[in-house]
Amino acid sequence: MSTLTFTLNDAPTTVEVRDNETLAEVLRYRLGLTGTKIGCNEAECGACSVLVNGLPIDSCLYPALKAQGASVQTVEGLAPEWRRATGDPAALHPLQEAFVQGGVPQCGFCIPGVLMTAKGLLDRNPTPSDADVRAALKDTYCRCAGYSFILHAIQAAGERVQAQRTGTNGAAAQPLLPALPATQPPLNVIGRPLPRPDAVDKVTGAARYTDDYVFPGMLHARTLRAGVPHARIKRLDTARAKALPGVVAVLTAADVPGEKNHGLVVQDWPALCADKVRYVGDAVAVVAAETREIASAALGLIEVEYEALPVVSDPVQARRPDAPTVHATGNLLKHIKVRKGDVAQGFAEADVILERTYHTPFYEHAFLEPECAIGRIAEDGRVEVIVGSQIPYQDRSQIARCLGLPDDQVRVIGALIGGGFGGKEDIAGQIHVALLARVTGRPVKMLYDRHESLVFHPKRHATQIRVKVGAKRDGTLTAVETELYGDSGAYASLGEKVMTRATTHSAGPYEVPHVRADCYAMYTNNPPAGAFRGFGVTQSAFAVESTMDLLAETLGLDPVALRRQNLLRVGGVTNTGQVLRESVGITRCLDLVADEIKRRPAAAGQPAAASRKRRAWGLALGYKNTGLGGGAPDKAGAEVELYTDGTAEVRTSAAEIGQGLVTVVQMCTAEELGLPPARVRVLLSDTDRTPDAGPTTASRQTFVTGNAARLAARTLRQAVAATLAERFDQQPDNIRFEEGLARFDGQAVPLGEAAQLMQQEGRMPRAVYEYWAPATQPLGTGGDMHFAFSYAAQAAEVEVDLDTGEVKVLHLIAAHDIGRAINPLALQGQIEGGMIMGLGNALTEEFIVEQGRVVTDVLARYKMPSIRHAPPITSFIVEDAVEAGPYGAKGVGEIASIPTTPAITNAIYNACGVRVLKTPVDQDQLLLALKRGDREVA
Amino acid sequence: MAHWQHYYQPTSVGEALTHLQHHSGAARVIAGGTDLLLEIQQGHRPPVAALVDVTRIPDLVTVARDGDWCYVGAGVTHTAIVASAELAQAATCLVESCGVIGGPQVRNVATLGGNVAHALPAGDGTLSLVALDAEAEIAQAPGAGQTPARQWRPILDLYRGPGQSAVDASRELIVRFRFRAAGPGEATAFKRVMRPQGVALPILGLAAWVSVQAGVIAAARIAVGPAGPTPMRARRAEAALAGQAWTPEALPALADLVVEEARLRTSPHRATAEYRRELILPLLSRALTLAVRRAVTATSAPEAAEEA
Ligand SMILES: Cc1cc2nc3c(=O)[nH]c(=O)nc-3n(C[C@H](O)[C@H](O)[C@H](O)COP(=O)(O)OP(=O)(O)OC[C@H]3O[C@@H](n4cnc5c(N)ncnc54)[C@H](O)[C@@H]3O)c2cc1C
Ligand code: FES
Ligand code: FES
Repeated sequence: MSTLTFTLNDAPTTVEVRDNETLAEVLRYRLGLTGTKIGCNEAECGACSVLVNGLPIDSCLYPALKAQGASVQTVEGLAPEWRRATGDPAALHPLQEAFVQGGVPQCGFCIPGVLMTAKGLLDRNPTPSDADVRAALKDTYCRCAGYSFILHAIQAAGERVQAQRTGTNGAAAQPLLPALPATQPPLNVIGRPLPRPDAVDKVTGAARYTDDYVFPGMLHARTLRAGVPHARIKRLDTARAKALPGVVAVLTAADVPGEKNHGLVVQDWPALCADKVRYVGDAVAVVAAETREIASAALGLIEVEYEALPVVSDPVQARRPDAPTVHATGNLLKHIKVRKGDVAQGFAEADVILERTYHTPFYEHAFLEPECAIGRIAEDGRVEVIVGSQIPYQDRSQIARCLGLPDDQVRVIGALIGGGFGGKEDIAGQIHVALLARVTGRPVKMLYDRHESLVFHPKRHATQIRVKVGAKRDGTLTAVETELYGDSGAYASLGEKVMTRATTHSAGPYEVPHVRADCYAMYTNNPPAGAFRGFGVTQSAFAVESTMDLLAETLGLDPVALRRQNLLRVGGVTNTGQVLRESVGITRCLDLVADEIKRRPAAAGQPAAASRKRRAWGLALGYKNTGLGGGAPDKAGAEVELYTDGTAEVRTSAAEIGQGLVTVVQMCTAEELGLPPARVRVLLSDTDRTPDAGPTTASRQTFVTGNAARLAARTLRQAVAATLAERFDQQPDNIRFEEGLARFDGQAVPLGEAAQLMQQEGRMPRAVYEYWAPATQPLGTGGDMHFAFSYAAQAAEVEVDLDTGEVKVLHLIAAHDIGRAINPLALQGQIEGGMIMGLGNALTEEFIVEQGRVVTDVLARYKMPSIRHAPPITSFIVEDAVEAGPYGAKGVGEIASIPTTPAITNAIYNACGVRVLKTPVDQDQLLLALKRGDREVA
Repeated sequence: MAHWQHYYQPTSVGEALTHLQHHSGAARVIAGGTDLLLEIQQGHRPPVAALVDVTRIPDLVTVARDGDWCYVGAGVTHTAIVASAELAQAATCLVESCGVIGGPQVRNVATLGGNVAHALPAGDGTLSLVALDAEAEIAQAPGAGQTPARQWRPILDLYRGPGQSAVDASRELIVRFRFRAAGPGEATAFKRVMRPQGVALPILGLAAWVSVQAGVIAAARIAVGPAGPTPMRARRAEAALAGQAWTPEALPALADLVVEEARLRTSPHRATAEYRRELILPLLSRALTLAVRRAVTATSAPEAAEEA
């Protein structure tokens, strides 16, 4: 141990530390300053950034003793410093204020690091240019990717810092609210930009994610992972690990008292493997110990002997008759079929037939918060699990099943979630911590490091997609045939559902008379694949939208015109036989984007003729279902309660993963009750206190839980009206709810008083609503497979360097039909974040697995887009309402990610004449193709 | 991080060497730690008993000019190098190469000495030091009763192979580097190509030093990496340049000479040898053109990197 004496947030601080602790560990675990986040522990993500003597450093890789005698500032010190400087005891630092008002925090996990990096910048340069901000934030990542909001907020804050320094009043500073796309006139609350209720906590460091919780006597758990892709377990001996001092429990499959497997659809995933492992991330044993170091050391003492089995490494191989089998049931998870008309006839009618095969790799969610779960035994003896999960109720039932307990003996409490994107739907440590808490009787925390997170959790499916299209000379599509292989990895997860979506959407948002699609979702010995923003449709959109551009070129038609003439319209029939009756805004989206491209002078900024750089635009479309569909009951519950202080609380178990569901339910409740949104609290994800809202997936929560909150609030309003009507002898219809008051006949009763009246009359001022979305039909039955679709058109301007193959995206244009903009601020955050993710898929990201072994097992090898990749985005909103949606809204969470990749690859073709049939674009292969005169990179 | 037990922060070279000596091989020099700690943490290097932090030793954190010579302490951070007005003019390529290492958080702690001692053939700081024909001052633990020995060694002598330094950081340390500042008609430039996905290491980097006297390239030095197990000087191309009037038309032939001499490899998930070969010409052309322009116009504002 050594004594570390330093200045922390302007206060002299002395703390005893071990010589080998990092500054991040000392701040978080010794000093309780959990605002500083750890996203990677490898100096890659910037989440742990703090200022040391005014300079940002990555505290995760910074020996604490380096700070000896230094001045350290963390996010917790930001507001106090500003308060001292200004004398305003309530103020936030301008950066914090600008982040809150400017809608920067989504999941919030990156925010402390971004703030501190920005603080370091503004301290030196309060008026940074765009380039200055991009340079300063180069390695401070936001996976929710609100980069343009970040840029705007930092510059707007800088102006205020500068004004304070120079004693000017800052009135000339730009507004904190960033420019947002135009939307229709708002209602009282709906349609107005609203900062998130958790934004202030997210900028002060007070926001608590799972690893920020500490309980007395808490043990630390770690998981022993297989490390081999396919093997039989011949021997497993935990004796030496159990004997290590400080180890409290070591559990293996034999210690799982209930069901041995979990799984969201198919229960095929062992909580702990007994006889066989199917991928490198399989859990073989779990250890709980007094410290994380001891738990880690114990893993090394567990003896496992494996007998290697042949590895199934890709889905095409998996389907061969002689392939080794991953599961006893065979390698085929599901053969998914879409049939419409008769493709043979369609191709016979075609003047042109084109066929190409596309490949997409696994992609990683790279949510900045690695998985963490805490299990403990509550006073009443029940098991409690704290976790940031996208599906709290299904977590509960999966935990209960494996523990052999009824569901009501388990309580799942949601912590804030530092990003999900589909990657926090499957069980991670939830079952393990519950088991360990039961065995040890003590609270147990299981925190994955980045390496474990990368290796363990399900990815976006790697796919091979063959597209064959037939068309008339005038561009009319006559037939589309697709064949998809989806690599579902070792376990089913949501693989079947994901690949079903990939398949049903594989002919694009077009009306095609003859369609045939076959998809083979296969088990392999790769990490499982499951839900990921776009749910299979990112992959098929890349294939079909690339093919559409090829077709346009072959026919000598304008790609915009070709698309326009084949688009789905109201009255049209989808590939699955669904007749679209409303809300098909795709034509409008396409027109907006095409016009915007035209409006921009093509030659503007075109590099000089002598330059070896080429610029061009490319365009792509996409559509995506809202909701589970396919006949799955799609429902959500919400409860709204009015309090005597005039506030309300809305409760539901929908997950807030950064997408802005909190403001959606808050705003729907406020709108219906006539309350200012600030008086509506939101309580999410506690299976004891909040009704089930189903999984946070399939862009469904705004629709289903938004509706549940809206209708619960409406029901409550009606109950309040009924009470007041009786009491004051009014017609209930006469009572209007505005600004927290119930008004009638010149009278105004504050809602707090109304709540009191209800209580006096023995009625609870509370309403629960279980909303059922319109029924859907299973694939193959020809009815409504989905109750709504969102649509998008996007365009990208790229620059290709003909000498190096480097590709840069210069500008993005987008138009999204999302029914109704409930909160335009959060909406734009989702749109930009989704598009930047699509850009990442096109250019920067690739999760590499070779023979079942993960190559990209550290963040240094998996590069998500940084602020330097994020171009300006021109965004349009189309609000083609869905009758059943809340105020007309449908989903937005996924659609924005879908057309971006093909828009970029189409632009690359237009710029340099090489078509990329495989993502991500590899500058190496692109350059070699250019040199060789190849037209395609396969 | 339970990978070392003691962390020392000596304030003199002698004190640092004493700590190393005391642990007889089980302690190791640490500067910014941005390479070392990751290596230890990820199991690429065994845990050590002690780390000896050299960034509080005044000799190691000083940038100085003495006549024609520039001295840069091995513990100087990349941020400090980028901020140095002296180096911007005297060693533009070094400022440019240190400016593209990592992001600001890494550059605020990572050092030039660490970059050199990490011994990658394409370390960005390394390539510029090679083009500058720098020397490194190495201090060794003394024998009993002796004062620490210090010795200047040519930069290229410090590289044994990829990641293998001739400096044994468990017994010796680099104190500082020295090289001649750009004189009249002399200038440098650095260029590299990265790739956004896969393993985040440079695909190819190139630093150039030229002396242009009376319209003729009097001398040139070109450093390229990775083009072999250690940083490479493109001596054939240098020789071909010397004594010639500068003309861009000569570039393709020069690039061919570099390619002949370079041992370009395919690194999985990073770059094919073929791609690297294709990059030699554009990198050489960009760096040389820039260096010559600087030499001729006597201007030397370092260029900010455009790469992502
Ligand atoms: C996110 C990230 C991005 C990076 N990007 C780049 C990049 O673009 N280009 C690049 O070249 N590098 C890059 N690096 C690698 C690294 O940051 C640099 O090589 C850096 O200069 C190393 O310096 P350091 O002070 O951190 O070295 P340390 O990690 O402290 O030390 C590295 C090695 O050198 C030894 N050593 C250190 N100082 C001395 C000394 N004075 N005498 C003797 N031995 C010594 C140590 O024992 C160790 O073996 C990156 C690293 C990270 C984490
Ligand atoms: S950079 Fe430190 S946690 Fe990622
Ligand atoms: S808000 Fe930045 S990572 Fe989620």
